[in-house]
Amino acid sequence: MRNGRYKLAVLATIPLLAAACSNGGGDNGDSADGGGGDLSASLTGAGASFPDPLFQDWIYTYNSDVQPGVDINYQSVGSGAGVEQFLEETVDFGSSEAYLTEEDLAVAAENRGCEAVQFPVVFGSVVIAFSNPDLDGLVLDAQTIADIYSTEITTFDDPAIADLNPDMDLPSDEIVPVHRSDSSGTTAVFSHYLSTEVESWADEYGEGKELDWASGLVGGQQNDGVAQGISQNPGGIGYINQSFAQEADLAVASVVNADGTPIEPTLESTIAASDEAEVPENFQFSIDNIGGEGYPIAGTNWIFTYTCGYEQASADAIIDFWTWALTDEGAQDLAGELGYAPLGPNLTDRVIAELEKTNSENGSDEGAADGDTDQE
Amino acid sequence: MSTEAPEAPAPEEPRRGALRSGKGRMADPIFKWAVTACGAIVLVILALMVIRTTSEAWPVFAKEGFFGFLLGEDWSAGSSRSEISGTYGAWPFIYGTLVTSAIAILIALPLAIMVAFYITHLAPNRLAKPLSYMVELLAAVPSVIFGLWGLHWFLPNVLRPFFEFLEGALGWFFLFEGPVRSVGYLAAGIVLAIMILPIMTAIIREVIVVHPIDQRMAAYALGSTRWEVLRKVVLPASFSGIVAAAMLGLGRALGETIAVLMLIGGSQAWGASLFGTGSSMASHIAATFGEAAPEARTALMAIGVALFLVTMIVNILARVIVWRLGRMTGDAAV
Repeated sequence: MRNGRYKLAVLATIPLLAAACSNGGGDNGDSADGGGGDLSASLTGAGASFPDPLFQDWIYTYNSDVQPGVDINYQSVGSGAGVEQFLEETVDFGSSEAYLTEEDLAVAAENRGCEAVQFPVVFGSVVIAFSNPDLDGLVLDAQTIADIYSTEITTFDDPAIADLNPDMDLPSDEIVPVHRSDSSGTTAVFSHYLSTEVESWADEYGEGKELDWASGLVGGQQNDGVAQGISQNPGGIGYINQSFAQEADLAVASVVNADGTPIEPTLESTIAASDEAEVPENFQFSIDNIGGEGYPIAGTNWIFTYTCGYEQASADAIIDFWTWALTDEGAQDLAGELGYAPLGPNLTDRVIAELEKTNSENGSDEGAADGDTDQE
Repeated sequence: MSTEAPEAPAPEEPRRGALRSGKGRMADPIFKWAVTACGAIVLVILALMVIRTTSEAWPVFAKEGFFGFLLGEDWSAGSSRSEISGTYGAWPFIYGTLVTSAIAILIALPLAIMVAFYITHLAPNRLAKPLSYMVELLAAVPSVIFGLWGLHWFLPNVLRPFFEFLEGALGWFFLFEGPVRSVGYLAAGIVLAIMILPIMTAIIREVIVVHPIDQRMAAYALGSTRWEVLRKVVLPASFSGIVAAAMLGLGRALGETIAVLMLIGGSQAWGASLFGTGSSMASHIAATFGEAAPEARTALMAIGVALFLVTMIVNILARVIVWRLGRMTGDAAV
């Protein structure tokens, strides 16, 4: 079901590319077929690969059911490249698993001549998965995960793990920790969690999209490489996106959160985590110290736009698409199906207010003329 | 080759213009310049690439020092926009590239010679043709397929049991020290060997096939075995061609990216054991380029420069070896 739609989404971008090439000003008026929408624009976005399956589904559904005249091409080139392309103004919107820093925002303002806006659109969890199905539901906390990845805990029957799992019959297998070998937002979320919770981890390894891992670990290329690394090594353990673990049906660990409760990674517990997060005015935040029913290893995806320099039609389409994605029930269900957590109602209102700043400083009517020179 | 005919006296060139019409007078110079331009393009592209990558990588070399960068063992990428804040030592990746390529060439070269000899000399005709087609087909398989096949099938079903056997038998030797992981230098090297095998086989086959039959027949007539004919007659005469094939294979192994990336177990640490995980230069660039911050991208450019250098040094070393061996065996035409 999902796969089919995904492929269709890919196919849908092919005529779009042709359209993008053939029209110079970005004003294609051939939105005759299909019902519903009255908007017409061709948008390009680039950035994180972590929400890519969801974005492709959203774009496909939006284009076929809501606004047939709006073509969106999202390129999952990676968060780093997404930020760069946004700052270089080669795309209409950028996406990343890390918010724009003040330094980035200053560069953006200088390049474009107006402020950039950023807002979160989805949350996702990173889960700890095992090759041994008997270990499903094994309880781990930040300290034990950190010790496993710094090779201080080397077997599953280590006293530190046994203390957390008094009722479980633990095998004496050697643990083989698996990590992402490519630079990835999943690694950033995972290492950020360990750095916040475990001081020795912060000193030794720190956080980032790629780390200088302890030797003896196994690296895997993309989610699939990690999944292979886990399943091919008896005693394999690895961290991956919740959406991927859900599709691959892997055994996962429950992780102890800030309130001391072991939480199973589910959609509900990810939503609970996002509710716990305190989001400041400027939307520069990370999800730390999650308590309650929230699953503690969670990350956020941000979208970036500018407050000026779009053609009116493009700006309308950007605002309409993201408003639809964040508020439409069908769109939110799509997110849930794929293992991404939508924003809470409160946060959604604030995000929409921020989103509507897009192109707001464009000097109303002359906007289209300005946009022509600023685009590309 | 050593047995070149003594140079015949050069035939007298026809008088300029004697054979040409007036129009034809321009044809030769034009053709000459066109061909020269094509040749020059190669040099220009290479120069542009070297200059561009070196100048982009300059800040990293300035901070780490040239040899500090090449021999440093610590790589931890920073995320700054304007300065170089991380530590960049490329040795783990250089080691990974060298060790996987060495494994690949050590396995592939003898195998390629044997396969080529079988196809040209021993295989029955109805088998030789399809077999050589098959080899060429294998050469056309994209490397990502080798990577996927290696990771999903070859590794768990063939290599891992083999590694466990090796570790049990030779675990005392530092190259085969455990623990055995699925991915690692040896896994990447073996799959690389399979990847470079077809191109090397194809070239070596071409070289062997032109070897004059009367020399072989003479050797057989003297009572040589097939092995002796291969070892003492065919191989020495084809030496330069075989080296050329090996260099081409080595070039592909040094630069191979995606299959290595999937099989080497991407880690920024390095160790002597072939079962260990690491990263090669090309695979590390591919793995981290997409998400790299501006300063990390600079450092990846520096790896690119290092890759240029390593390839060049390996090529020069190979030439020197050929030249020395050629002088010893009397075959210096390389």
